Amino acid sequence: MKLSGWGRYPTADCAVQRPRDTQAVEQALAAAEGALIARGNGRAYGDSALNPASTLDMRGLDRILAFDDASGQVVAEAGVMLADLIDLFLPRGWFPAVTPGTKFVTIGGAIASDVHGKNHHKDGSFGMFVDWIDLLGPDGQVRRASRTEEADLFAWTVGGMGLTGVILRAALRLAPVESGWIRQTMTPAPDLATAMALFEQAQDATYSVGWIDCLATGKDTGRSLVMLGEHAIHAELGVRAHADRWAQAHKRAKTVPLDFPGFALNGLSVRAFNTLYYANGKRQAGEALIDYDSYFYPLDAILEWNRIYGRKGFAQFQCVLPLEASQAGLTALLNQIARSGQGSFLAVLKRMGAQSSRFSFPMEGYTLALDFPMRRSTPALFAELERIAIDHGGRFYLAKDSQLTPERLRQSDPRTAAFTAMRDDSGAANRFQSLQSERLGL
Amino acid sequence: MTQSVLVIGARSDIGIAAARAFAAKGYAVQLAARNASSTLIENATDLQVRYRSAVTLHDVDALDLASHEGFVAGLPVLPDVVVCAVGYMGEQKRNEVSLDEMSTVLRSNFEGPASLFTILANKMVARGSGALVGISSVAGERGRAANYVYGSAKAGFTAFLSGLRNRLAKDKTGVHVVTVLPGFVYTQMTQGMDLPAKLTAKPEEVGAAIVKAVEKGRDVVYVRPIWQGIMLAIRNIPEFKFKTMSI
Repeated sequence: MKLSGWGRYPTADCAVQRPRDTQAVEQALAAAEGALIARGNGRAYGDSALNPASTLDMRGLDRILAFDDASGQVVAEAGVMLADLIDLFLPRGWFPAVTPGTKFVTIGGAIASDVHGKNHHKDGSFGMFVDWIDLLGPDGQVRRASRTEEADLFAWTVGGMGLTGVILRAALRLAPVESGWIRQTMTPAPDLATAMALFEQAQDATYSVGWIDCLATGKDTGRSLVMLGEHAIHAELGVRAHADRWAQAHKRAKTVPLDFPGFALNGLSVRAFNTLYYANGKRQAGEALIDYDSYFYPLDAILEWNRIYGRKGFAQFQCVLPLEASQAGLTALLNQIARSGQGSFLAVLKRMGAQSSRFSFPMEGYTLALDFPMRRSTPALFAELERIAIDHGGRFYLAKDSQLTPERLRQSDPRTAAFTAMRDDSGAANRFQSLQSERLGL
Repeated sequence: MTQSVLVIGARSDIGIAAARAFAAKGYAVQLAARNASSTLIENATDLQVRYRSAVTLHDVDALDLASHEGFVAGLPVLPDVVVCAVGYMGEQKRNEVSLDEMSTVLRSNFEGPASLFTILANKMVARGSGALVGISSVAGERGRAANYVYGSAKAGFTAFLSGLRNRLAKDKTGVHVVTVLPGFVYTQMTQGMDLPAKLTAKPEEVGAAIVKAVEKGRDVVYVRPIWQGIMLAIRNIPEFKFKTMSI
């Protein structure tokens, strides 16, 4: 069946199986002549979860096997989504300790990509809250990996893009919260230096994220809306929120009804939109109480928003730059993007905290993420942006990537050699492959 | 008092979704399937963890008619709602040549469910309340070359449900019968098929539609309304034309 990642580029005709239990996954691996890849809810943007010969749709493994009301530890199969955990456990006072910008990701996908959220600077990535993983390895054996047993396997699997084995189930810790509401403080920043200063001053804030106008030029370069957030405690809820403590009031999701034609998002319309959005943000600066869905998952409210880029799909560029090179690197990237005139409305700037992982994306510094509709000129633009990021010591988020080359990956990330050596030693290289792993020689 | 639901065919995707949808509403859940007591333990755990539901497991073989009375007698309580999601499509090409296979398809989709519903309906009538939900299929609305063995069994089941509903409503027994026609659903049965997204429901949608149908006392439910129009059109193609078509 025709499959793609969230960016709808590239697409591939994949033989898909949908196992529903461990046994069925084991059988699929045993029956596969070559390699396969596990796929969650298809929210990685590029080709991380595509394998034409054999793709395992893991959403059939969706049972929750234990929840400890005292510690917040949940044990669940890999196909359970964060949305399920929130629906079930937020009303009991628990929320994912780390969440990406969509709740429609599976636990298996979140571990494989070691996703991060608006609290990365403070709490780290998703993997920090995973206690153990049951993994089907290349030899057909299921192993439980944690920080104390099979510690190497655990370390490679978190952020390992599904290339160490098939994640079957995991134990992860949720964080206690007093409500489903977030106290948001929004501050406009007229330029990049101001935005970065706001992030640096906000190291103690639980959540921080910036929307950045990637088409602004000159003195406006890098103008942003910086949003900080805290989980509202019970006493901070106003009348409306008090009556709806866990923010459960029904909100109807909208769906993008059809593919937008390619010309709908041209440089002019995005530039106009960004100007309006920034001006509006300036007017609404200050504090507000916002429900968790609108705060963490604004785009989830528009189902299939990926269709606004049209049938050819889009690619997302996301890099992280080390702290000391961030300002120079971001400036160079923003200049290049503005020159191309191709940037989209959806651009995100975020301060990341220190993290040392075997192969995960985050490191201390600044991450920039933005979408580009797929056009003939897009690969060349990515090559230029990737070159700038590499020159500033940056690296790339494989969960978003569809454009990197083996050379640029290795230039950006010296950990790659150890990752491929591990794959060769364990036999995983022959049993677990995606179009991405083949493209990048992983 | 806690209401209870019995899901027969609880291993199927629609069975799982129905169990979750009722459990979310606070129902106690009886999961029934072949070897349920040894193979559905994690499904029971899932319902307990998600919804703090009371869950029991019951072995039943839809094809073993002689065991059905004993199965129903062995339930902890006569449930308020029964959902029958038993179904077996087989492979049409095999169903065309193997009488054993054809018989299994006919009996799994029609005779077995009809037997179970007969026993349960009579007990519900004696009690004076209950709802019986049969998962049938749009494939039963007109026999097609592509799946007429399965389709004819579902046609039989649809007619059985319609007649049972008529009998129980006419006599004001307090027992209601719902026919659910899911259309395409992303399930084990359809994995690997390229199904049109607009016509294809997720199992959760079917689960939600079942709960709603029971709550609102609906008779016949198309999970995606578009199927009602499609089947109306298909039923109205003249036979001399229909017989030459591949749809």
